[in-house]
Amino acid sequence: MEKLVTFKGWLLPLALIFPQIVISAIFFFYPAGQAIWQSLFIPDPFGLSTKFVGLGNFEFLLTDEFYRASFLTTGIFSLLVTLVSMVPALFLAVMADRLIKGAGVYRTLLIWPYAVAPAIAGVLWLFMFNTRVGVVSWYLGQLGYDWNHVLNEAEAMGLVVVASGWGRVSYNFLFFFAALQAVPRSVIEAAAIDGASFWRRFFTIVLPLLSPTTFFLLVVNIVYAFFETFGVIHTITSGGPQQATTILVYKVFADGFVGQDLGSSAAQSVILLLLVGALTVVQFKFVEKRVHY
Amino acid sequence: MFKKALFSIMLAGALLASPITTFAATEIQFWHAFTGRLGDLVAEQVKTFNASQGDYTVVAAHKGNYSETLNAGIAAFRASEQPHILMVFEVGTATMMAARGAINPVHEVMANAGAKFDPDAYIGSVKGYYTTTDGKMLSLPFNSSTPVLWVNRDALKAAGIGPDADLSTWQKVGVVLDKLKASGHKCPLTTAWQSWIHLENFSAYHNIPFATKDNGFMGVDTELAFNGPVQVKHIQTMGNWAKEGKFFYAGRRNEGGANFRGGECALFTESSAGYAGIKAEAKFDFAVRPLPYWDGVNGAPQNTIIGGASLWVMSGHKSDEYKAVAAFLNFLSSTDIQAKWHQDTGYLPITIAAGDKTRADGFYQKNPGTDIAVIQMTTRQPTANSKGLRLGSFDQIRGIIDEELEAVWSGDKNAQTALNSAVQRGNKLLRRFEQANR
Repeated sequence: MEKLVTFKGWLLPLALIFPQIVISAIFFFYPAGQAIWQSLFIPDPFGLSTKFVGLGNFEFLLTDEFYRASFLTTGIFSLLVTLVSMVPALFLAVMADRLIKGAGVYRTLLIWPYAVAPAIAGVLWLFMFNTRVGVVSWYLGQLGYDWNHVLNEAEAMGLVVVASGWGRVSYNFLFFFAALQAVPRSVIEAAAIDGASFWRRFFTIVLPLLSPTTFFLLVVNIVYAFFETFGVIHTITSGGPQQATTILVYKVFADGFVGQDLGSSAAQSVILLLLVGALTVVQFKFVEKRVHY
Repeated sequence: MFKKALFSIMLAGALLASPITTFAATEIQFWHAFTGRLGDLVAEQVKTFNASQGDYTVVAAHKGNYSETLNAGIAAFRASEQPHILMVFEVGTATMMAARGAINPVHEVMANAGAKFDPDAYIGSVKGYYTTTDGKMLSLPFNSSTPVLWVNRDALKAAGIGPDADLSTWQKVGVVLDKLKASGHKCPLTTAWQSWIHLENFSAYHNIPFATKDNGFMGVDTELAFNGPVQVKHIQTMGNWAKEGKFFYAGRRNEGGANFRGGECALFTESSAGYAGIKAEAKFDFAVRPLPYWDGVNGAPQNTIIGGASLWVMSGHKSDEYKAVAAFLNFLSSTDIQAKWHQDTGYLPITIAAGDKTRADGFYQKNPGTDIAVIQMTTRQPTANSKGLRLGSFDQIRGIIDEELEAVWSGDKNAQTALNSAVQRGNKLLRRFEQANR
């Protein structure tokens, strides 16, 4: 039997959600509507003249093989960022959960990277892997590995993935850690008495109980990788070498704010909006079925 | 009560405000993209101007790098809060030209203000970039530089090559690179701004078109043309050098400068304005040489073209404010100010008189090589291929060229395939720009 709390009348509930509606309208629906409207035009940068082209901007984009290729780049990038930010976070959370002494310090230190803005994180990683003065690339050179993300596409992708995922490890750690604390000790102890090893307990009990958190983080991290990583790309690779790290959102930024092509930029953000919308629907329809609350 | 209070506040405000509007100097806004030493030098110019007369006050503001400054100007124009003078890099020239309602051409501003203005006082190859085909100046050249070859003389000596080795042609550079490589040198050659130096300037210097319709000067229906045999030969040679470890690619912008200034690279193609940085940091004996050309190409060496920025006057202000703008632009073009700017920064002088004064001051003798950029720009009269470039969406086109050149340096594509692809992709953007600005 589900417990339901209901309001009498409709004024109070409306008043309570009103601020959220206003914020969504101003910061989401209005700009999204503007983007859809602008995507039908080719304006000049100064807003002096604008030409209606219907779906011309979309045709221009979708017939461009380089634009189509960046869907694949984005897919690979998002998948890797999600993995790189979630797997270590889970591992660290499990370790922190077992700590008895010093857990507070450990936790605080792990949360720090989240306070670093993506563009700054990009610069930090760029310095470490700088082909000329980078600490890491110097050590790699000592080991006989010639690091050059300026020309090597795989290395460039690896670098932007790590730089984008690094700060998110903290965020994911917080959620996993909180969720782990909520796992009932009695269940784990019972399994331990039955002779289940640590890893067996982890995979058959803890991981399934964490699934709501994992699912939530999956959605949030994919949205992060899709939308918020252009600062890292901009500072580290500018989309290069060639087009190895040109993800969709970076192209929205570059075409709109560097190239002044607002029509194409708007059309790209509409495509991105549809894509992420569809992805979220898929996640809720199919992945959520396997989540146990 | 409240009304009374409000009224008295308004009265007080009016009393306070009126003397300012009646007696104070006309104020104009100037947005630029300079920080560090260049920013200080601009601030000094503005201060000198403001102190030199009492009618006008220029307020300078830094708005980020070149792209950000242009964006700030565009956003401000859309909000009707544009500055009077906006600094725009050469790549944005076509964008500004096409925005006829947003700009007041410099020659008109000068004529309307009744200011003394002689277009012939400016160096032809500098002003050509910002002038219409019938000779009307649209924006005032501010900081202009051109690519040259920087040489680490110590590195040449260490490799057993005379530090004064002939590097005038790419053939001779090739021989020197071979020797450097043979002596075990890690970075014989590097470059900054690959598209600007090795395609845009390269084309002008060899008197071959970068784009049709006189590089876009004759209309927006221009098409890219830098996939001709001479450019392909050059890029293929550079690609081969990259494969053989003789050319080191450091990045799309001027990342290679750190490698050269640190003494790791022997030869470096970079803007003449790299002078200040190299002089400050290089702990070795360096020299400036003219940009090499391919011997045997008809008409080479022609002249190189410029990079840098110019000052655009934005529309929508009052006429007495444009008088202030005209006075300030005239001040910037005056001989003493220009000569000082040229000597302080390594940027080219924009007027012939400023160049002459610098020579008369003995500056070139004391700082050998600083006149090479000037000579390279001025010995030959610019042709239709070497006047400059006027291409829409050019920032993005440069991005495409960067991508395709990286494919050559990494060995993924040969030069012909890469340049064909760059031309084809760039043309799509040019057609889009044409569509937006017809």
